[in-house]
Amino acid sequence: MTDFDSATPIYLQLAERIQRQIVRGDLKPGEKLPSVRDMGVQSGVNPNTVQRTYRELEAMGIVETRRGQGTFVSENPEVLQTLRESLKRAEISRFVEGMKAMGFSDAEIIAGLKDHLTEAEGRYEDD
Amino acid sequence: MRMIKFEHVGKRYLKKVALKDINLELKPGKIVGLIGENGSGKSTTLKLIAGLIQPTSGVVTVNGRRVTRRISEHVAYLSELDEFYGFFTVGEMIAFFASQYPDFNREKAEEIRRFMKLAPDSKIKNLSKGNRGRLKIVLTLAREVPVVLMDEPLSGLDPMVRDAIVKGLISFIDLERQIVLITTHEIKEVETILDEVLLIKGGEIIGHKNVEELRDRENLGLVEWMTKVYAGDCPPTV
Repeated sequence: MTDFDSATPIYLQLAERIQRQIVRGDLKPGEKLPSVRDMGVQSGVNPNTVQRTYRELEAMGIVETRRGQGTFVSENPEVLQTLRESLKRAEISRFVEGMKAMGFSDAEIIAGLKDHLTEAEGRYEDD
Repeated sequence: MRMIKFEHVGKRYLKKVALKDINLELKPGKIVGLIGENGSGKSTTLKLIAGLIQPTSGVVTVNGRRVTRRISEHVAYLSELDEFYGFFTVGEMIAFFASQYPDFNREKAEEIRRFMKLAPDSKIKNLSKGNRGRLKIVLTLAREVPVVLMDEPLSGLDPMVRDAIVKGLISFIDLERQIVLITTHEIKEVETILDEVLLIKGGEIIGHKNVEELRDRENLGLVEWMTKVYAGDCPPTV
């Protein structure tokens, strides 16, 4: 349950988890996030850290806090589109860095990716 | 502003030096871990804050007041030892604590007891070690005091109980008002709930860090950092 790696601040790892939930659609636009304490219990994290995660996401415009009501996923489609795009880029650059570190050329990476997608066709769901 | 402060605090037991010239300030709203090998001075530090022992030199203050035995009005202390009356039931023990401490919140105690899945009519002498550990958490966290001290709350307990205790801490600590100090060897288990960590070795504080900053600036988790500082590879910052 509490799988955090030890080299990155926990508040950032938690923020990334929530962003992925939003992009996957597990958290819908306008949906209320768990309270700070509930999120703390669910993820085994200090409430102060959760608070910081929520503040960070709020600064990025991904969630908004309504006084007395809680924290909600933004309903702004632009924000969500940007989030989708930036998670995609982050994932791709992680992959590409790993490939380059092993000495693969751009052409090999692209060809390999195409092959993989063709072979795996139907294995990943499209939506 | 409530705060724990050590000024040049030393503690000797006969010839044995337990703590040397400790200077320390802790602010409220935090969960602070005290880590270090056996006999390094972790428990002594907690007992000084609880007023259970007096420093040989220097001054310990809580909330600006010099610590005496009467500090227990402001400090809840969970001992490493079991010191229960075996003939009491869980419910009677809760009632007994409520009668001893005016700050004891019975409703909160009931809530934590249910969270910890303890039956009110179980006799304490029949409780497993894990359930006695759970009961201690109920009794400690039901007190509405600014300072909560927990000496090895996880030690010797199975993983399920440890998880319940960590979750109980997250659920029931009031970080708007309280500071919590925990001594532990189970570093991995508490790492995600700590704000700050104090590393103690041979009676001295050799490191005092914000846990998130440690990850942010040095890309180190607690275990790696502790190993490094203990080995003397990285300059301690107090």
